[in-house]
Amino acid sequence: MSERRTTRRSPLLALYAASVFAFIYLPIVVLILYSFNRDGVGGFPPRHLTLNWYAQLLVDSSIWDSVLNSLMVASGSVVLSLTLGLLAALALDRADFPGKRLFRRLVLLPLILPGIITGLSLLMSAVFAGVPLSLLTVFLGHGTSLISVATTELFAGLQKLDRAQEEASLDLGATPWQTFWRITLPNLKLSLIAAGLLIFTLSMDEIAVTFFLIGRDNTLPLEIWGRLRRGITPEINAVSTLIFVVSVGLIVIWYHLRSRSLGAQARELIEKP
Amino acid sequence: MSASPANPPEQTTAEATALLEVRSVGKRFGSTQVLKNISLDIASGEFLTLLGESGSGKTTLLRLIAGFEQPSAGEIWMGGERLDILPPYKRPVNTVFQNYALFPHLSARDNVAYGLRVKGTPASETSSRVEEALSLVKMQGFAASRPSQLSGGQQQRIALARALVNRPQLLLLDEPLSALDANLRKQMQSELKALQREIGITFLFVTHDQEEAMALSDRIALLRDGALEQIAWPREIYARPATAYTAQFIGQTNLLRGEIRGSIATCGALRWPLEEADGPVIFSLRPEAIRLSADGKRQASEVKFRAVIRQQLYGGSSETLEVDCGNGQMLRVRIPACGPLAGEREFVFSISDAIRVKE
Amino acid sequence: MYSRTYKSLVSIPPLFWVGAFLLLPYALMFAHSLWAVREGVIVHEWNWSNYKILFANPLYAQVLFRTMRIAASVTLCSLLLGYPLAYYLAFHAGARKELLYQLVIVPLWVSYLVRGYAWKTILGSEGVLNGFLQYLHLRHEPVGFFLYSPFAVVLMLTHIYTPFVFLPIYAALEHIPRPLLEASQDLGASSLQTFRRVILPLSMPGLLAGATFAFVLSLGDFLAPILVGGPSGTMIANVVESLFGAAFDWPLGAAISVGILVITISLLLLSEFLEKRWAFK
Repeated sequence: MSERRTTRRSPLLALYAASVFAFIYLPIVVLILYSFNRDGVGGFPPRHLTLNWYAQLLVDSSIWDSVLNSLMVASGSVVLSLTLGLLAALALDRADFPGKRLFRRLVLLPLILPGIITGLSLLMSAVFAGVPLSLLTVFLGHGTSLISVATTELFAGLQKLDRAQEEASLDLGATPWQTFWRITLPNLKLSLIAAGLLIFTLSMDEIAVTFFLIGRDNTLPLEIWGRLRRGITPEINAVSTLIFVVSVGLIVIWYHLRSRSLGAQARELIEKP
Repeated sequence: MSASPANPPEQTTAEATALLEVRSVGKRFGSTQVLKNISLDIASGEFLTLLGESGSGKTTLLRLIAGFEQPSAGEIWMGGERLDILPPYKRPVNTVFQNYALFPHLSARDNVAYGLRVKGTPASETSSRVEEALSLVKMQGFAASRPSQLSGGQQQRIALARALVNRPQLLLLDEPLSALDANLRKQMQSELKALQREIGITFLFVTHDQEEAMALSDRIALLRDGALEQIAWPREIYARPATAYTAQFIGQTNLLRGEIRGSIATCGALRWPLEEADGPVIFSLRPEAIRLSADGKRQASEVKFRAVIRQQLYGGSSETLEVDCGNGQMLRVRIPACGPLAGEREFVFSISDAIRVKE
Repeated sequence: MYSRTYKSLVSIPPLFWVGAFLLLPYALMFAHSLWAVREGVIVHEWNWSNYKILFANPLYAQVLFRTMRIAASVTLCSLLLGYPLAYYLAFHAGARKELLYQLVIVPLWVSYLVRGYAWKTILGSEGVLNGFLQYLHLRHEPVGFFLYSPFAVVLMLTHIYTPFVFLPIYAALEHIPRPLLEASQDLGASSLQTFRRVILPLSMPGLLAGATFAFVLSLGDFLAPILVGGPSGTMIANVVESLFGAAFDWPLGAAISVGILVITISLLLLSEFLEKRWAFK
């Protein structure tokens, strides 16, 4: 392994980078800090640190109802998006059919399209088809937007797959179906988990699409949104802090999984003659 | 070097049954014709090598037999049944892949057991056959290791065991030794040859290394641009190459181009009597067939000529000389080591060593 | 290697999904834009009047241009923040590169709403920023324009999209083979020249990708204006949102949405075209 000698010193750039980091983290730090502030949000510096707001949060039943709703929708979205995303990735990787290029663009479009467009188009479809708005429509909306995430991640994973392994499996007598379950899927394990975590997080946080497809039952972001419209309460700081902590937890898990696989890959590279 | 059988296999193939028959097989990718009308038979128990440069079609032919591609024309038969219409998992053929293609998420033992398990072989039989295969390739101690923990040579043995444990009728090997360093490669060549002798399975081996092909094979099939150039026993293909290409690809040679007129063959400064029809001609003359002339006398069956030594490359047990016969005609001569030489000397070769080849 | 059955099996479900949940809805949206509203009910009379309204009434053009200005500002600011950050990580961070990279990614996983709300609390009249300024006796009264202004929207969206812009630029910079930089220096180019002549051109595809992403998503954002934009910070997507809400006129809203869709797709195609032209292998 060659050492890169281009690690130069530039204090000005380092300072600038540090300020960008500060800018990125400032709101989050403030948020967490003020969730412990007795006097709520505002003023400086925060005095009278307390856990009051967390206590209030604990007994707030509508928040917890919405958390449950979000969890249901997110779990469902993970299953739906991973399944269809895997099929789409396989199709893009292995099949050829007329209109494939258009198909590829369409599958990836919701990633970059503003959520309002996806949300509204599905709303109009739901109304047209006579389907009432509910968690089901929210679930379908999330699935539609998030298949793109799954497809991108899984397609990258398929590209890294050694085609010879699937051939070896067929050569040894396994049918294509057996090959898929015994060889292809296990090799995609990491991509599936990474995609799954990402889809779960994005679904839990989704607002724009959800906004137009929501029925009577709220998801967590929409519940918070509703309260924000009515006025700020520091309870929201507490919720936000909790969300932040959970998100960081998920990243830590994901990071560990990635470094485990990278470690295995690195060992492979060293071993090869 | 291992001893080759006293009888050239061409005699044994006449008696042995043809295990695999490739009948007029052609393969096209888009507008490129990669294989052109190939027909050959592989005898049961033989070690046949497909030899050729990259792009010669040798790997494509292997993949057609394995089942990963379909022939555009022709048929492949094995044991009296049509092979090319079967999917790869139904063919009694197994492959050792160039980069081994071991399953990284399975241990060595599970890799070897894979083929047996997917076919539902009972566990007791599976474990005994797996142990047998592992000891055949001398990897019993590594059964629990993951492929990433094994060296290249060790992975190669596991790949071999994984294929052999299924007792295929034909084993395909796609340049399995090309990823190994020189010493390990020589050692594996020897082991592979011994293994094939021991278990008697038919091997179809693909390589671009002609030395390897000559060392290992019962027969060599030389492919060039998708067509079969020559198929013969190694000694035969070396001593009597059919074409200029074969003569140059296998070993080193001097190509003498000239013509025959009035029963005299003339190639540049070299002339000798030859009873053949008039016309252009090419001869292959191996460097080791040319010697330094010891005395002035010339036999009727020999050709003598004078040439200036332009370069001398010392090779330990031999010298390779580049000599100028005049008018820019250069020849390569190989003689036993004899110390530095210089100037103009006289050389000699037997007429029978000048093999006539086609273009 | 893959049979006809295999290929059909994997292609059909996603194709069906794309058709039913993407193509059909967009088509329906387009259809809606050609209908009208009479007395609070949508009538299926085909006409172009919605589009005529959009072109005739200057209000819509104004909002659209304001939206584009905001989106452009967000893109520019994100690039000004994200590019140097990526550059620092790629070339100056050394051993801490991996860790710093993860630190940049972390905020991406934190809820959009959470981050937007945080800015609201910072920028408000009784917010943290004003409190801080008063604490330092720099001001005696709260500053009004921090919140509920286009400035606040740009600030919030820049905060959201800087990591998004960072990602493809960092990937592109990492991709540049180090020997190229060493060759440039060997041939006598200064750091600045190396940057301008080698690094910048090679990082263009990543830069384009990030910029397109930030611009398009800012263009269609309606949450930030509601949170921190106030009346002066209204964007085109808010107009659409109200047309589907209180100011019930779905056909007109659909027409604007079609417009946003067309703009988005055009920008994507343009970006793709430019990326191909500027990509080097």
